[in-house]
Amino acid sequence: MSAELAEPASKIELPAHVGGGGEIPTFDITLRVRRYNPEVSEDATWDDFKLTMYGTDRVLDALHKVKWEIDGSVSFRRSCAHGVCGSDAMRINGRNRLACKTLLKDLDTSKPITVEPIKGLPVEKDLIVDMEPFFQSFREVMPFLINKGHEPTKERLQSAEDRERFDDTTKCILCAACTSSCPVFWTDGQYFGPAAIVNAHRFIFDSRDDAGDMRLEILNDKEGVWRCRTTFNCSEACPRGIQVTQAIAEVKQAILSRKI
Amino acid sequence: MTATIDSPRSGRNSSGKNSSGRNSSGKIAPQYRRTGGSRGNFEMLAWLFMRLSGVVLVVLIFGHLFVNLMVGEGIHAIDFGFVAGKWADPFWQVWDLAMLWLAMLHGTNGVRTIINDYAEKDSTRLWLKIVLYAATTVIIVLGTLVIFTFNPCPVVDGVPLPGGFCPAA
Repeated sequence: MSAELAEPASKIELPAHVGGGGEIPTFDITLRVRRYNPEVSEDATWDDFKLTMYGTDRVLDALHKVKWEIDGSVSFRRSCAHGVCGSDAMRINGRNRLACKTLLKDLDTSKPITVEPIKGLPVEKDLIVDMEPFFQSFREVMPFLINKGHEPTKERLQSAEDRERFDDTTKCILCAACTSSCPVFWTDGQYFGPAAIVNAHRFIFDSRDDAGDMRLEILNDKEGVWRCRTTFNCSEACPRGIQVTQAIAEVKQAILSRKI
Repeated sequence: MTATIDSPRSGRNSSGKNSSGRNSSGKIAPQYRRTGGSRGNFEMLAWLFMRLSGVVLVVLIFGHLFVNLMVGEGIHAIDFGFVAGKWADPFWQVWDLAMLWLAMLHGTNGVRTIINDYAEKDSTRLWLKIVLYAATTVIIVLGTLVIFTFNPCPVVDGVPLPGGFCPAA
């Protein structure tokens, strides 16, 4: 007889005398997952799952438990599961978060924890959305170094101060939490969105890059930076703590000072 | 097989029409495709105008409120005669004209922004904007006219209009 495997498989099982492993408090939660399967129904529904989870568990662990032990048809993206790859952004209790960085104990476990796909992008199944419009905007701001000078034989040198100028926007992991938290993007899918602007910012303010003007011209569009309403939803949603709204404001300033 | 990265804006062309309707093959759903080129610097200038007019309006409006409600007898002094007295002075004509135009354009641009944000259908957006611009034009023209032609004691066909606030001539 195999005892019910309560711990996530990723945890190291400690022998009892070591202590620690068994002392993690457990609690019961209700995970309310938004389900959508176009092959079955055009309507999305809520499914509730009652789970016993540990104090060290994240929302992703709860989703794993559901998928691996209760309902294998629950679909979601995740790759690294450690907040680096940015594939498991979802709307948790109405806020865009990475499921792998949101601890269950930090949420209100007395109420059902709602998990929905990020808003504003077409849902393909359950928590999986079509990211193509998001990446298309990303591609259009040319998120790569463009340098017109001679290629150096070694690395391109840069002072610490010049590097610091765009340090914040280098942290983006393209999880789409910001863009899909933006109320403008919800109703206007043509808006470039915070993530594309953040990644343009990363090169516009890079002293080694020569195509800043081209990127500013692309973002000086009616669907570009001027669509931003500074609601700060993006800054609040960013799992890397990027000051997204500030980055957008800096791009606005750069366009203004270039034109006037 | 080599991976290819599409060149910027390549997704906008109508190429690949014979691919399936689903978006899994890198095709962008129509509501996300940016249509229509940028209108020059219009959005930038609109954005800038909102900031600058906002700052000027704070001064104009609070100045207006202070002079009308606080100075002298305050609110009790306000009648048609008070307004006519103010508009006899070119300073207040310019002040109120600036306030009218800036407030109307500031407000109209704000509502235009809201329409752009929340009207999803192109036809809805068009009609809301037509109504908005028509209302704005009427109010600005009428307001400007009133500032320069205001007469507290209009006389029609030799008979003063009833009101009781005009001294009998």
